[in-house]
Amino acid sequence: MAEYIEIGTWVEIHRIVLPGGQRAPQVPVETQQVPLEMRVKGFLAERSSLGDEVEIVTSAGRRLRGTLTEVNPAYTHSFGSPIPELLTIGREVRTILGETKVGQ
Amino acid sequence: MTAALSYEAVLADRDAIMRDSVGIDYQQYVTGVLAFDYERLLADTGYDIQRTQAVQGRTGVGNTPLIELRHITSLFRSLAAPGKGARIFVKDEAANPSGSFKDRRASLSVCEAQQRGYTGVVAATSGNYGAAVASQAAKAGMRCIIVQEAFDSQGIAQPEIAEKTRACEAYGAEVIRLSVGPELFYVFLCVLKETGYFNASLYTPYSILGIETLGYELAGQVQQQTGRFPDLVLATHAGGGNVTGTARGLRKAGAVDTMVVAASVDLAGLHMASDRDFNRKSFTTGHTGFSIPFTTWPDRTDVPRNAARPLRYIDRFVTVTQGEVFYMTQVLAELEGLERGPAGNTSLAAAFSVAQELDADQIVVIQETEYTGAGKHPLAQLNLAKHMGVEVRRGDPRDNKPGQRIVIPEHPSQIAVVDVDLDHVRRSYVRHALESIQGEQSLSEIDLDFLAAETRSTRAYVEEVLNEWHRTT
Repeated sequence: MAEYIEIGTWVEIHRIVLPGGQRAPQVPVETQQVPLEMRVKGFLAERSSLGDEVEIVTSAGRRLRGTLTEVNPAYTHSFGSPIPELLTIGREVRTILGETKVGQ
Repeated sequence: MTAALSYEAVLADRDAIMRDSVGIDYQQYVTGVLAFDYERLLADTGYDIQRTQAVQGRTGVGNTPLIELRHITSLFRSLAAPGKGARIFVKDEAANPSGSFKDRRASLSVCEAQQRGYTGVVAATSGNYGAAVASQAAKAGMRCIIVQEAFDSQGIAQPEIAEKTRACEAYGAEVIRLSVGPELFYVFLCVLKETGYFNASLYTPYSILGIETLGYELAGQVQQQTGRFPDLVLATHAGGGNVTGTARGLRKAGAVDTMVVAASVDLAGLHMASDRDFNRKSFTTGHTGFSIPFTTWPDRTDVPRNAARPLRYIDRFVTVTQGEVFYMTQVLAELEGLERGPAGNTSLAAAFSVAQELDADQIVVIQETEYTGAGKHPLAQLNLAKHMGVEVRRGDPRDNKPGQRIVIPEHPSQIAVVDVDLDHVRRSYVRHALESIQGEQSLSEIDLDFLAAETRSTRAYVEEVLNEWHRTT
């Protein structure tokens, strides 16, 4: 049985704005084939389940409809692993500078 | 967004929607077939430097520090010919409230929206400008909606844009995240039509006049610290606003002989509307994907006339590679103790090369930095690049190939700008201008003078390009 998500919960909805094949004529073929998708966050306006067509109230106070895809959506962007190709640059330029005096 | 607004219907209504959302009747500035009165369009806003400073001062925008980069100067002097290698300064625009110079642009737009009685603002931007508008709207107590191109068809978000989503939402804005494509403009128009909010476009007179204080301030700071105006100012170049506003501000401060150099990251070969290329760019702005089209034809924006007209102000236009910018970002952090985002570091990479051509007593200014953080960082960008199959390695930056290979220099002596041929850019501008003419209309004297001003050339030059165009079409 689907789990209910309570009214007022912070969620994200998803909607297809333009289906694949109905994109603007000037876009390249790989873009032409895929839909123009939209994702917006807001407060759930009605008790619903994931996958339902729902209404949200956005931070700007607008009411938007779409498919409920995420509850309390996370910010997952990060730094990730150190990049080996960058790690030694500081040491290298300090070595060059060691041969010249700063301020010259 | 109302589903009933069809794509065709909304685009057909674009002129009316834009007129209602900016409160400027652009038609009154038309003076010819192509010509319009650019200076009057800007002057009629009533914002001179003093008034702009007063508006910006109320929200803590501007008056950012000017910092001399002594170690970087020493580094390239060790590579330059004897007596060569100008002093480099950077304007630390990351010190603005939302972390970039875009606060200057947003401040006048939001102030104007409020004075005109709008209750909210909308901006189409995936970059720092969104955070700036959201921050200014929060201070003004206005509603704010930001429309972003944010993720590809696999649902992979560009990390820098993901950070901008977070920042805008932190300031209380509604963020509409879209997948890749220029139809973002359709969604943007729908939102404007539905809400009746102000279009805080990057390209209105307000957005450009807001940057004049940057050029004005830095000219004064350099004079105070060194006793002279800067010899050369580098601005990272995308849509043209940064170059235009900075150059105008320099002139207003009296720094009329300062050379203005536009710098962009070279992304040749990548398509800006490509779902595939979207996450292989590693840069979201400050690149040739924007700067070339906007320099050769500025009026491709969300307002009828773009107030950013870079070709009027550029003395020189250079590109640097992705790898060179990542390299200099690391050097800035480790030699100068400044960890900053990619936008200003594009100019920094260019400055490192250009300053070696100047004499040691000359002054070069990089006119912006921007904040950095999760997503908006070389580590995030290079990790994504590797994930997308882009090769990342050390080597000769000339081997850099956007979308395929990011080559990080092995030695600072490998950093070298590539000049964009301004004659070619000017000819391309004139061609675009001629192609924009509807039906059979002949150009007047006013139009020819306008084209000369637009391309910073002469009537004779324009006539020669026109003749060539007529011969070949």
